[in-house]
Amino acid sequence: MALRWSRVLGAGAAVIVLGAAVLWYGSAPRPASAETWEGLGEPDLARGEALFWAGGCTGCHAADGAKGEDARILSGGLALTSPFGTFHVPNISSDPEAGIGAWTLAEFGNAMTRGVGRDGEHLYPSFPYTSYVRMTPADVNDLYGYLQTLPASDNVTPPHDLPFPYNMRMALGPWKFLFFGDEPRVELASADDRIRRGQFLVEGPGHCGECHTPRNALGGLKADLWLAGAANPEGEGRIPNITPGSRSVGSWSEADLVSYFETGFTPDYDSVGGSMVEVQQNLSHLPGEDLAAIAAYLKAVPARE
Amino acid sequence: MRLSSCALAVAAASLCLSSALAQEAPQIVRQNLMKEIGRSVGAMGAIAKGEKPYDAAVVEQSLTTISTNIQAFPDQFPPGSEEGHETDALPTVWERPEEFRSQADELYSEAQALLAAMPADQAAVGEAMRRLGATCSDCHETFRAKKQ
Repeated sequence: MALRWSRVLGAGAAVIVLGAAVLWYGSAPRPASAETWEGLGEPDLARGEALFWAGGCTGCHAADGAKGEDARILSGGLALTSPFGTFHVPNISSDPEAGIGAWTLAEFGNAMTRGVGRDGEHLYPSFPYTSYVRMTPADVNDLYGYLQTLPASDNVTPPHDLPFPYNMRMALGPWKFLFFGDEPRVELASADDRIRRGQFLVEGPGHCGECHTPRNALGGLKADLWLAGAANPEGEGRIPNITPGSRSVGSWSEADLVSYFETGFTPDYDSVGGSMVEVQQNLSHLPGEDLAAIAAYLKAVPARE
Repeated sequence: MRLSSCALAVAAASLCLSSALAQEAPQIVRQNLMKEIGRSVGAMGAIAKGEKPYDAAVVEQSLTTISTNIQAFPDQFPPGSEEGHETDALPTVWERPEEFRSQADELYSEAQALLAAMPADQAAVGEAMRRLGATCSDCHETFRAKKQ
């Protein structure tokens, strides 16, 4: 009997030790292999700029309300409020001290697609690497090349202001294990090239689902409610459902959606509102075929009510 | 002489009164100005989307309505019209009147510039819509209640 108990205890201890080891190993920041970022050649700056607008970098990284050329000064400083605390958006301008001008492509790429910072630390998913992970190394190379052409800003931004336990970056390891991956958000069996392009733009750089999809208590996206609308993380109101089942935009045609992205006018010629104003202004820089691809994808995703 | 001037004054006063009575509440006046702007933008939007063929007369009429109406628009917010008639005007209209006026001026200048250049085909109307759209949302975000 005593023997059996000690065996059980021993087995229990082994499981705990093993579990801790798995958790430790499994939750360590994991950059991509060094070769990932090698041999990519000269960046294509035009592609990089398109990704810059699709990604809406300026929405968070430029000064609040920056317009025109000021939207290209990525000085950081915006405070993003969330249920987990306040995130202060960093300076990602080309300044070598205050910005990311001195970063290598690998450092930038690991931040973008692995959520790993320059010092090897986990980054918070307020920076939507959870979407950017769907970008290819070539995309990252082009985007980084373009960012380096933008003005430098010496603005020094404050660190995030997060209460315990959210201030523990280590906890992001298990979070990533649960919620971070590069799989498609939805399976679209019969998608043509245009819908696939839209899927890349929406699920990848556009990171539309980060606001339009509801989150669970741990801040992970509810996969079965993709783009079904969510509480506004920054305050009152809701971010609308943008699936074909939406009561507000489900009836919009693809042409209506494209026109909205281009001009900011809804089909009844009201103007775009809320945080979408800035997103729309960024989207209006994209070529028409990309906007049509986004519209086609939004019509192809499962309807949610 | 005295009698006639008195009669004149009475006549003028009653004229004023009757026109005041006939006048609609400023909330309604400004809502109608905006609705006409919306319809004009819609007429141009139909061309931009290819739902209607390009028609220079429609474009010109639309841009004229937009500039005429937006010029009159900031004058329709007298004290006492802050509430009622389902107004969506935010208190910022009265708190920051200069900014409000300059936003309206911005749309006016944009519409005037477009009239001067006159968009000559569907693509140019589309470009005009982009330029108008940006000014619309800028002002609405600051001065109009959010839709829920």
